[in-house]
Amino acid sequence: MPVKQITVFLENKCGRLANVAEVIGDEGINIRAFSVADTTDFGILRLIVSDPERTYEVLHRAQFAVRMTDVIAAQIPDHPGGLAQVLALMDEAGINIEYMYAFVAQVSGDALVVFRVENTKVAEQLMLGKGIKVLSGEEVYNI
Amino acid sequence: MSRYWNQECECISTDQLRSLQDERLKATVKYVYQEVPFYRHVFQEIGIEPDDIKAVDDLGKLPFTTKNDLRDNYPYGLFAVPLCDVIRLHASSGTTGKPTVVGYTQHDLDVWSEVMARGLTCCGATTNSIIQNAYGYGLFTGGLGVHYGAEKIGAKIIPVSAGHTKRQIMIMKDFGTNILTCTPTYALHMAEVMEELGVSKEDLSLTGGLFGAEPWSQNLRKQIEMRLGIEALDVYGMSEVIGPGVAVECPEKDGLHIWEDHFLAEIVDPDTGQSLPAGSLGELVITTLTKEALPMIRYRTRDITRIIPGGPCGCGRTHMKIDRCQGRTDDMMVIRGVNVFPSQIEEVIFRISHTEPYYLLIVDRHDQLDQLEVWVEVSDQVFSDQIRMMESLEREIRKEIEVVLGISVKVKLVEPKTIERSEGKAKRIIDRRDI
Repeated sequence: MPVKQITVFLENKCGRLANVAEVIGDEGINIRAFSVADTTDFGILRLIVSDPERTYEVLHRAQFAVRMTDVIAAQIPDHPGGLAQVLALMDEAGINIEYMYAFVAQVSGDALVVFRVENTKVAEQLMLGKGIKVLSGEEVYNI
Repeated sequence: MSRYWNQECECISTDQLRSLQDERLKATVKYVYQEVPFYRHVFQEIGIEPDDIKAVDDLGKLPFTTKNDLRDNYPYGLFAVPLCDVIRLHASSGTTGKPTVVGYTQHDLDVWSEVMARGLTCCGATTNSIIQNAYGYGLFTGGLGVHYGAEKIGAKIIPVSAGHTKRQIMIMKDFGTNILTCTPTYALHMAEVMEELGVSKEDLSLTGGLFGAEPWSQNLRKQIEMRLGIEALDVYGMSEVIGPGVAVECPEKDGLHIWEDHFLAEIVDPDTGQSLPAGSLGELVITTLTKEALPMIRYRTRDITRIIPGGPCGCGRTHMKIDRCQGRTDDMMVIRGVNVFPSQIEEVIFRISHTEPYYLLIVDRHDQLDQLEVWVEVSDQVFSDQIRMMESLEREIRKEIEVVLGISVKVKLVEPKTIERSEGKAKRIIDRRDI
């Protein structure tokens, strides 16, 4: 099962990020990784959580604009050039990376990076073919 | 310097004016019955024959015409002449997508020039005057309305159009402009930029200004008069009737004379349509008395004002006066002289987002320039996890609105349910301007 990312639309105003974290925390859901992309007016918060389905529900109920998207969580060897190798692979195959961000936690000594690409399946196969470990949803949610 | 452009018409005795109106109304009613199928049908529907209208007192028997009637007969359906006799087309915002199209014959342009010449003369224009026309030229009637009035007088017209404020000031100074015509807020903006540039009113030759196309206050008048060192007068009109020049202030500055030999004015209760006596506040309704291409029977202007009761004006003109407009019966806003209906914006957002749009229009004024900000709630349907998709959504909404309105706007995406839901009629507009 692919990794599900939760995306939330946030206006650039005080306390909105805290509100999201609170709503999720109150449900006992853990945040595994996150990134914020912002413009002058609004931000987009992307989350990898322990329970994406429930997170979607509670945020929706709290009247946020929420979206669930498939992403890839790839285990990248934690040494110089580790990331460069994966990016070169994507580049050669003409796969456009919309955005990416890293997990704080390591998995068996490797870095964990989230990739958002247009065609998740193709990118996944490509990585697997090169011996890059791609984590399933369950593996990621339970880190 | 003459005080009047056309003393015979402007100072006509009220008895003579009334019999002229009777004649012209009868002729107009016959004319529209014969030439405009729309009017023939509505007259027949309510059982009115042209002969039933014998005098101005019978006006109440006639049906109203609304902006929707113009929309339903888009573009030329209400024209009373074949298209080959029309020599000018203008357009103004409709309540939705399509604009309202108006047409003029040579005779109509002559009438328009005549009433504008009267108005410009009120603010001191003569053949010697240099008139700087900073109303926008184009489909909007402001620019060309003033232009033809000034040419009729034989004044020198500078067709500079709106915008390029620094250049406006340079021209005003170097060309020796005497009379400025533009929207009142733009006049004040020019005064502010002048101060920034270190140009004082003593460097200019300005004596008067004719300002309109948007509501303004006595306070704004004082500001403009003080900072530009001029007499500032109000001009009123709408393209459906003819354009600017339907009514204009005289130097007495206590009301706008409606040129009653061409336009018959009445005030009605906006809810019941009942005629109201002079002095009562209500909706201004105008019947054209001399127009050929697009005659209007009891056109509902949606502007709220009153007829100022009382005797002849101190200026000697005998035509009735109306107060400055005090609001609208609909939700139309005037932003930088452009008519804006929330329904136009709603249509654009709906087309792009495919959902019931929740939006809010915030009108504000910075440095005397109106700003329109459109807040749009982000729905799950349009929300994307990619910044560039959201930015392009914002851009698409902005561009589409700008195409429809013809003025620049700022679009802001906001979170769902942040725009206040109200019982009944939704609150779509926050107007922060201090008019």
